[in-house]
Amino acid sequence: MTEPVLSIRDLTVEIPTRHGLFKPVQNVTYDIRPGEIRGVVGESGAGKSMTGNAVIGLLDDPARIASGEIWLKGRRIDNLGVEEQRAIRGGEIGMIFQDPLTSLNPLFTIGEQLVETIQLHLKVSGKEAKERALALLDRVSIPDPKTRFDQYPHQFSGGMRQRVVIALALCSEPSVIVADEPTTALDVSIQAQVLDLIKELARETQVGVILVTHDMGVIADTTEQVTVMYNGQVVENGSTDQVLSAPKHEYTKSLIAAVPRPQVKLHRFPQVSYGGRETTFKIEDLARNWAKTEPSKSGKLLEVEGITKKFLEKSAILPSWRTYFTAVDEVTFDIKDGEVFGLVGESGSGKSTVARMIGTLLDVDGGRIRFDGEEVTAMTPAQIAGYRRQIQMIFQDPFSSLNPRMKVESIVAEPLRHHKLLPVDQISGRVQELLDRVGLTRAAAAKYPHEFSGGQRQRISIARALATQPRFLICDEPTSALDVSIQAQILNILKDLQEHLGLTMLFISHDLPVVRQMCDRVGVMKQGQLIEVQETETLFADPRQDYTKKLLELMPRLAQLSG
Amino acid sequence: MLPFILKRVFQSLLVLIITGAIAFSMFTFVGDPIDNMLGQERTMEDVERLRAQLGLDQPIPVQYVKFLGEAVQGNFGVSYRQGREVSEIIKERAPATLELAALSAVFAIVVGIALGVFTAIRRDGFVANFIMSSSLIGVSLPTFLIGILLIYLFSVELGWLPSFGRGEVVRVGWWSTGFLTETGLKALILPSITLGLYQMTLIMRLVRSEMLEVLRQDYIRFARARGLSERVINFRHALKNTMVPVITVIGLQLGAIIAFAIITETVFQWPGLGLLFINAIQFVDIPVMAAYLMMISVMFVVINLLVDILYAFIDPRLRVSAK
Repeated sequence: MTEPVLSIRDLTVEIPTRHGLFKPVQNVTYDIRPGEIRGVVGESGAGKSMTGNAVIGLLDDPARIASGEIWLKGRRIDNLGVEEQRAIRGGEIGMIFQDPLTSLNPLFTIGEQLVETIQLHLKVSGKEAKERALALLDRVSIPDPKTRFDQYPHQFSGGMRQRVVIALALCSEPSVIVADEPTTALDVSIQAQVLDLIKELARETQVGVILVTHDMGVIADTTEQVTVMYNGQVVENGSTDQVLSAPKHEYTKSLIAAVPRPQVKLHRFPQVSYGGRETTFKIEDLARNWAKTEPSKSGKLLEVEGITKKFLEKSAILPSWRTYFTAVDEVTFDIKDGEVFGLVGESGSGKSTVARMIGTLLDVDGGRIRFDGEEVTAMTPAQIAGYRRQIQMIFQDPFSSLNPRMKVESIVAEPLRHHKLLPVDQISGRVQELLDRVGLTRAAAAKYPHEFSGGQRQRISIARALATQPRFLICDEPTSALDVSIQAQILNILKDLQEHLGLTMLFISHDLPVVRQMCDRVGVMKQGQLIEVQETETLFADPRQDYTKKLLELMPRLAQLSG
Repeated sequence: MLPFILKRVFQSLLVLIITGAIAFSMFTFVGDPIDNMLGQERTMEDVERLRAQLGLDQPIPVQYVKFLGEAVQGNFGVSYRQGREVSEIIKERAPATLELAALSAVFAIVVGIALGVFTAIRRDGFVANFIMSSSLIGVSLPTFLIGILLIYLFSVELGWLPSFGRGEVVRVGWWSTGFLTETGLKALILPSITLGLYQMTLIMRLVRSEMLEVLRQDYIRFARARGLSERVINFRHALKNTMVPVITVIGLQLGAIIAFAIITETVFQWPGLGLLFINAIQFVDIPVMAAYLMMISVMFVVINLLVDILYAFIDPRLRVSAK
């Protein structure tokens, strides 16, 4: 065993609050050896990121290190002065953040940002710094570095930006990189590439990597050692194989059990049971008070026929000079009554555009949409209003899809008021009922969205979507911003809704294991085209198209997981 | 980029044609110019002759097109009151207003941005809080009151600075400048502060809130994680991002400085366009009013056009990427 390059010993971080000291990180201890990738896994709020921030000396005020030590190559670094810590940041320790879209300054070229960092740490001439920057871009496999050097971040795709971020972290040949959820915002295929790059770099440059993530698949694929955190404490430390196949701690066991398996289809998503946070979701209440959903005339609730959407790519005065980008290209499918239809594909494949056209948020450029036999594309504005009442959407980001200036009560009541579904004096009672049913307390109605966690906000979105008693629900990546345990709760709510209320659903996701559990049939989209539609089981067992096979192969294999 | 500018230029022209119509309509609706030009003892023949001579017997649209044609050449006719070409009067008065506005704008922008950045970086500091609360005075006190207070303090009580006029001016070609004499410079100080104070506090507050917003962004955090010093982060990375939205407001405020000069010029008896306009209103000197209105709208439109172009210059995301 080589000497650890970074050691964290009994680290405790505290935040003074009005109710006394809050300790988000308690007595955390782990080591990173050169060339080793250590996964730190746990739910949001478990203190994973806080530990990483403490290591690079970037704790946000008023959080501070209360006790414990951090050693970097035999030198204690937690008690250094501000300037010395700054020299270590970006010098000895590099950092990679979650969202590559926001971690680069949009107003500077990536070359400027690279050269700036290189010159700061290595004290070389501008020319040398540029050469180094080009070499780094090449190192992280960015094609044509010379051209890319002078481009701005918005000219890069998400995966390419994350490569730039990695290049920035590598500027001064660090001995440790702290990667905080580096692939959470990326597509499955891009995620695999970025993780491969990190693995390769760790092997070749002997840099130690702390990989903070909530994704068990990433842990299984990438790391050698893993640290499981719960509630600010390390509950388990050990080699990845051992922790995943034979977890010792109860929390680890239930966390692993909650990961959706791609291999089998279960009736319900297993929830993280540890810590007694079971939801109080009363499903039988839901069916009461719900107007009986009428079956559609033809048995097919939604029929989509050759819909096409083109976006203007380059505007010009003359129509013939304009160029268009075809986001959705003649997509045809139908959804039966009470069916959950999945739509999978990489970002940019047109999944969300399809959902938006069905939700009449975007106009259709060609083709037809029929809902219960009525042609949506030919409806009058009054008919569209009636149609919109019957379809509701749940969006991906629970943070931006709720108006931060509105109380939860007004948010949930808005569809009722807008469609004038209830007399004014009954609205408040109905809102309470809806909140109750998605497992939120009555007190929630008087609060604002920022007082809730991501999972709770997504429940508010569901309550809002249910307010009009819709027949059809469009879920656009409803859980991709959520933790595994929260994801299980939300997905179970959706499953229950579908079963007890006979709701029909369009379920969009890039997470294949989740799709396997949720959906009856699945459509695969690639570059705007629907290339394959199959029964879920058939698709997973026997994919027809090469592209589908590739997608399935990229799915994180959790073969070594227990249970 | 070019289609974007062309579109903006086209919109600007549309705005100018509409304000031109408003300026033109003043001639028709605010009293009869014939009444204004001929005295009490006029005959019907005089009226008819002048009407034909001025082209007022022609249909309104024809008159409007002629008005626009003349206006484009800078010809707004003869002042009712002074009996001189309006363009000549404006040329004579413009330097005073433009020098005053330029100095106020520099004061507002430089001091506003500096204080805004300072209060954002030291946001809980005592000095920053003091600046923030005293800036409320700048926002809430009306311009004329600030002007009078400044005159009382610095001219009446202390006797340091003149209370009215431009002081001595030097003529450079047709332009008359107060920048080259001591009395001219002294005379500029109080009016510029009075005129720029409101804009200064506005810019400061805007820069502060934008900067606080930018400092919360991920790329600032990432810049810190790269080990950049606070100075580089604040003044290179954060400031540039802060300026993107601030520039629009500064552009609009520049126009406002010239338009608001009316009050300051009245308080300080500053011989500029604002004072000219006030006097024109008092005497219903419509050609001068119309010319002033046109001039201000041209200025607003041009400033906005420049701001839009500058915007694209600062923010690469607005430039059309060469593929």
